[in-house]
Amino acid sequence: MTTPADATMRAYAATLPVPEFESTAFTRLGKPLSEARVAIVTSAALHRPDQEGFGQAETGFRALDRSDRNLVMGHWSPNFDHTGFRLDLNVVYPIDRLEELAAEGVIGDVAPRHFAFAGNQPDTVSEIRLDTGPACAAELIKDAVDVVLLTPV
Amino acid sequence: MSTLAHVFEAAGLSTIVFASMLEVAEKMSLPRGLYCEFPLGRPLGKPSDPAFQRDVLERGLTLLEATAPVLERYPEVIETDEAPMVCAMPPRFDPDVPPAVDEARGLRAAYDRALVARGVTGVGRAIDVDTIAAALDVLHQWAHGASWKDVPLPGKNTVAVGHDIRAYYEEAATELVTGPAPGGRAAEAWFFETTEAGKTMMEARKALQEQEAPFPFWFYMAPAHR
Repeated sequence: MTTPADATMRAYAATLPVPEFESTAFTRLGKPLSEARVAIVTSAALHRPDQEGFGQAETGFRALDRSDRNLVMGHWSPNFDHTGFRLDLNVVYPIDRLEELAAEGVIGDVAPRHFAFAGNQPDTVSEIRLDTGPACAAELIKDAVDVVLLTPV
Repeated sequence: MSTLAHVFEAAGLSTIVFASMLEVAEKMSLPRGLYCEFPLGRPLGKPSDPAFQRDVLERGLTLLEATAPVLERYPEVIETDEAPMVCAMPPRFDPDVPPAVDEARGLRAAYDRALVARGVTGVGRAIDVDTIAAALDVLHQWAHGASWKDVPLPGKNTVAVGHDIRAYYEEAATELVTGPAPGGRAAEAWFFETTEAGKTMMEARKALQEQEAPFPFWFYMAPAHR
């Protein structure tokens, strides 16, 4: 059981309209995990300080290099915790954990680039669905990524 | 995130969503989802706990073995700590300025240490660190009767300035709090319930509402449940 504030947010989110998908696209990993390249895509609106911050209700994304650690959380919602990220970015963006999994051979490789969107999207999410989402997928495929871990805030 | 999972799978990528909202995940028919009932904003659950984070990741990765869409639950729930974290604050120094302004000035050394330690800051969305006290001074004036139309806020955007003030305080606090990492809403509770800046922001927010400022100007200055 969660305590009231998060429970309230979850209950509220459950009432919001969501986009409906008639079928669930499903891509099976066609190789062993130990040979797969893995990327992280987060909705925490992360960006490097030298990149433009996220606008309110922005539908675009930022590319993060594998080596980036000094990142800012540019999400506009005041309704979730930001301090966990301030203490350890891996609680939102588990890049160090991925490096460890790759070093141990559990996964094949860490992608050279990872991507951040802003979670506070317009209800229709049509831009992400038709424009920026496919554009991000194309970037991931360009980097020969097999598996994407999606971490929401 | 759920929408992106559909888009990415359709493009030929295999995805795993570390979902934070169960009903949303269910309604959106995720390709692969691991529902993690952790504090919102902490999808891997526990900061500075590599073993726990790794377990979450590895459980997510096992979903790649599924032959059809799958939604599982991570077995451990982490409850959100809503008690204010305990943080020593600077004593009142200059009685001629509003308490929040005095307090913010007093935290500057801790903020500077935190910036050196972390190498990056969340302050700067609308105002820089040197403007935090001036912004609090305007919020104090709004809270005490000044009109937001007559007394402009540095950085203009109340929500962005609110984020900057909270970032300044919470980053400074990381240098002042010892012991285990604060829980999910402990820093929020500390800021809004115990600091002069948090109280001033809540008072200014109420004043904006009473002055019939546009809803988004004031509402998003604080979490919805406040």
